[in-house]
Amino acid sequence: MDFRLNDDQRALRTGVRDLLARRFDREALRASVGSGALDRALWRELGAAGFFALRLPEEDGGVGLGLPEAVLLFEEAGRALLPGPLVATHLAAGSVPGAADGETVVTTADGPLVEWLAEADVAQGDVSGAVPVRSVDPLTPLHRLPHARGPARPPGAGALLTAAEQLGSAARTTDMAVAYAREREQFGRPIGAFQAVKQLCAGMLVRVEVARAAVYAAAVTEDPVDIAAAKLLADEAAVRGARDCLQVHGGMGFTWEADVHLHLKRAWLRAERWLPAARAEEIAAAALLETSVETSPGTS
Amino acid sequence: MDLAYTPEEEAFRARLRAWLRGALPTLPSRPDPLDWPARRAYDTTWQRMLYDAGYGEVHWDAPPTQRLIFLEETELAGAPYVGANFVGLLHAGPTIAAEGTQAQRERWLPPILRGDEVWCQGFSEPGAGSDLAALRTRAVRDGDTYVVTGSKIWTSHAEVADWCELLVRTDPQAPKHQGITWLALPMDTPGITVRPLRTLAGSDEFAEVFLDEVRVPVANRVGEENDGWRVTMVTLSFERGTAFVGEVVACRRVLADLARVAHKNGRWDDDALRRRLGRLNAEFRALWRLTQWNVSEAQATGGVPGTGGSVFKLRYSHARQELYDTAAEVLGPDALDLGREWTLDRLSSLSYTIAAGTSQIQQNIVAERILGLPRGR
Ligand SMILES: Cc1cc2nc3c(=O)[nH]c(=O)nc-3n(C[C@H](O)[C@H](O)[C@H](O)COP(=O)(O)OP(=O)(O)OC[C@H]3O[C@@H](n4cnc5c(N)ncnc54)[C@H](O)[C@@H]3O)c2cc1C
Repeated sequence: MDFRLNDDQRALRTGVRDLLARRFDREALRASVGSGALDRALWRELGAAGFFALRLPEEDGGVGLGLPEAVLLFEEAGRALLPGPLVATHLAAGSVPGAADGETVVTTADGPLVEWLAEADVAQGDVSGAVPVRSVDPLTPLHRLPHARGPARPPGAGALLTAAEQLGSAARTTDMAVAYAREREQFGRPIGAFQAVKQLCAGMLVRVEVARAAVYAAAVTEDPVDIAAAKLLADEAAVRGARDCLQVHGGMGFTWEADVHLHLKRAWLRAERWLPAARAEEIAAAALLETSVETSPGTS
Repeated sequence: MDLAYTPEEEAFRARLRAWLRGALPTLPSRPDPLDWPARRAYDTTWQRMLYDAGYGEVHWDAPPTQRLIFLEETELAGAPYVGANFVGLLHAGPTIAAEGTQAQRERWLPPILRGDEVWCQGFSEPGAGSDLAALRTRAVRDGDTYVVTGSKIWTSHAEVADWCELLVRTDPQAPKHQGITWLALPMDTPGITVRPLRTLAGSDEFAEVFLDEVRVPVANRVGEENDGWRVTMVTLSFERGTAFVGEVVACRRVLADLARVAHKNGRWDDDALRRRLGRLNAEFRALWRLTQWNVSEAQATGGVPGTGGSVFKLRYSHARQELYDTAAEVLGPDALDLGREWTLDRLSSLSYTIAAGTSQIQQNIVAERILGLPRGR
C-alpha cells in the first residue's frame, strides 16, 4: 500500500496547475465573471490537454488514465474556479461526438437544475420547459426544470469529480486565508498571530485533509458509499472553508472584488448538484445496516 | 494512490490472523475495568504472548504499514490493545531506544517487550499542563544521585507501574525549556506517595504522585542533564502516530452496531438521526483513509510520524465524542443507565480532546507548524 501520489500523478497535477495558471489566471477569472459566455478557445485547449478524454482508452483516442488521475484534474479545476459544465462534458466523452476533444460542450440535467444550458451544444436528459434562474454564482448560469426527475442515479464519477472540485476550492480558500492572515496587520501584528484566527485556519486545513483522504480513496475504490462519503466531506470542506476564509478577510471578504465569494457561491452550487447532502447521508446510513463486522475496513 | 497491500503485507496479515485465531482463546477473560491490578496482569499476559509469537516489537520495529495491519487485525479479532503497557511500548520505550545508552537499552527494553515491567508517565504537574515546560519538580544533584522533590498529576496507571518516565527541573535559572531532565524512576523508591484520582467515569485510572526527597541514580538519566525537553519531544511524536488505528476500527464497529440498535428500537425512522448516523459513517471511513494516508507518508519518510498526527487527532477526538453523543440519542433514556454498554464509553470519550495535547493546543500546532502562521498568544 502506498496511498501517496505516484510520480506520474504528481507530474500530471503540476502540468494542469501550470496550464490553468497560464490560461486561466486571476485576470481571466475576473473577466469571465458575469460575461455569461464560455471561453471556447480555452475549452478546446482543455480538450487538447486531455481534460475530457482522460479516461477514454488510448485506442479510442483517449489518454487511458483512471479516476484517480481525473480527480487530480478536477481538484485543480476547482482550485482555479474554472467555469463551465466540466463534469458533464468529461462524462460525455466517448458517447457524445466532439466532447472528448473539447469541440462540443455538454451539459446534463441533474436533479431540478441544469447549468450552462444556453451555451451548451448538447443537453443530456429531459430539459423541456427549463426556465432561466438568476444564478447566485456569477460564473454558472442556471436553469430550473419544472418537472420531477426520474429515479436518482447511484453515486458515480459525476459526484466524485464534483467532490474533487470542492476539494480544490477548499484547499484554495485555505491558502487564501493563511496568506491574508500572514500579511494583514492589526494591533501591530499579523492577524494570523491571534489565536482565534489561527483556529479558523487550522480547522480549514483539517477539513481539507480529511476530505482529500476520502476523495482520493473513493477514486481508487469507486465504491458508491465511498463516493457518497467523499461528496459529503468535500462539500463541507468547500462551503465551510469559503465561509471561514471570508471571515478571515474581514470587510474585504464581503466585497465583490475579493474572490472569496466566488468560491463560496460555487461551493453552494456544487453541494446542491450530483449528490446533495441529504441523499449522500441516506446512502451512507443505509450502508451501515449492511456492514459486516468481519469486513476489514481497509479492504471494504 | 495505491490502496492494495503488497503480497508480503498480505502474507503478514494472513500469518497474524492465523496466530490470533489460535492464541485468543487461550487468553483469560477480560478483567473488571475498575480492577487495576487485574488489568495489569491481563495486559502484560497479552504482551508476553505477543512477544513469544514474535510480535512483541511490532510497535517499534515493524514498518508503518505492518503496524497498521497489526493494529487493524488485532482489533478486528477482538484482541486487547496495549492497555497498561501504553507508556512502556509507546512513550518510554521508544525514547530509551532512541536516546538511551547501550546499557540503558539492555536494562529497560526487554522487560517492556516481555510484559514484565510496566511504565507510567510523570510529565504533567498541577502548574504545568499544556505548558509542560513550566514544570517545577526539582532534582538536585548529590554525588551520583538526584534528589527529587515535587508532585505530578494525571499520571495514568501510576498505581500499578514499576517505572515512571519522569521530567524534572535540574536548572531553575535556565530558560524553561533548557533546564529539564528525563529520569527513569523506580516506583518503589522511598519517598513516593501515589494518591489515586477518581475520573468522571468513576474509575481510578490516574493518580497524583508526590515526590519527597526521592533519590534517583544519575545512571537512570536518559540523555544529557538539561536536555530532557528534546528527549521528550521524541516521545511525544510517537504518541500521535498510529496510536488510534485500532480505535478507528472499533468505532466503525460501534457505529454499525448502533445502526442495528436504532433499526430495532425505531429510532432509525427519525430522519435527522438516521442522517446523522450516515454522516458519522462518512466521517469514520474518511478517518480510516486519513490513517492510511499518514501511514503511507511515514512509510516513505522513515517512520517517525509528523504533524499529520495533529490533524488526525483533532478530527478523531471530535468524531469519537460525536459518535457516543449520537449513541445516546439512539438509546434515549437508556443512555443514562451506567449498566448500558455505551454509557461509560461516552464518559471516557470526553477525555480525548484533553489528554495528549488538548484540541486547542493541537490547533496551535497545525496553525504554526503546518500553516506557518506566526507564533504568539
Ligand atoms: C485521561 C487522561 C490521562 C492522562 N494521562 C497522563 C499521564 O499519564 N501522564 C501525564 O503526564 N499527563 C497525563 N494527562 C495530562 C494531560 O496531558 C493534560 O491534562 C493536558 O496536557 C492538559 O493540561 P491541563 O489538564 O493542565 O489543562 P490546561 O493546560 O490547564 O488547559 C485548560 C484549558 O485551557 C486551554 N489552553 C491552555 N493553554 C492554551 C493555549 N496556549 N492556547 C489555547 N488554549 C489553551 C486548554 O486547551 C484547555 O481547554 C492525562 C490527562 C487525561 C485527561
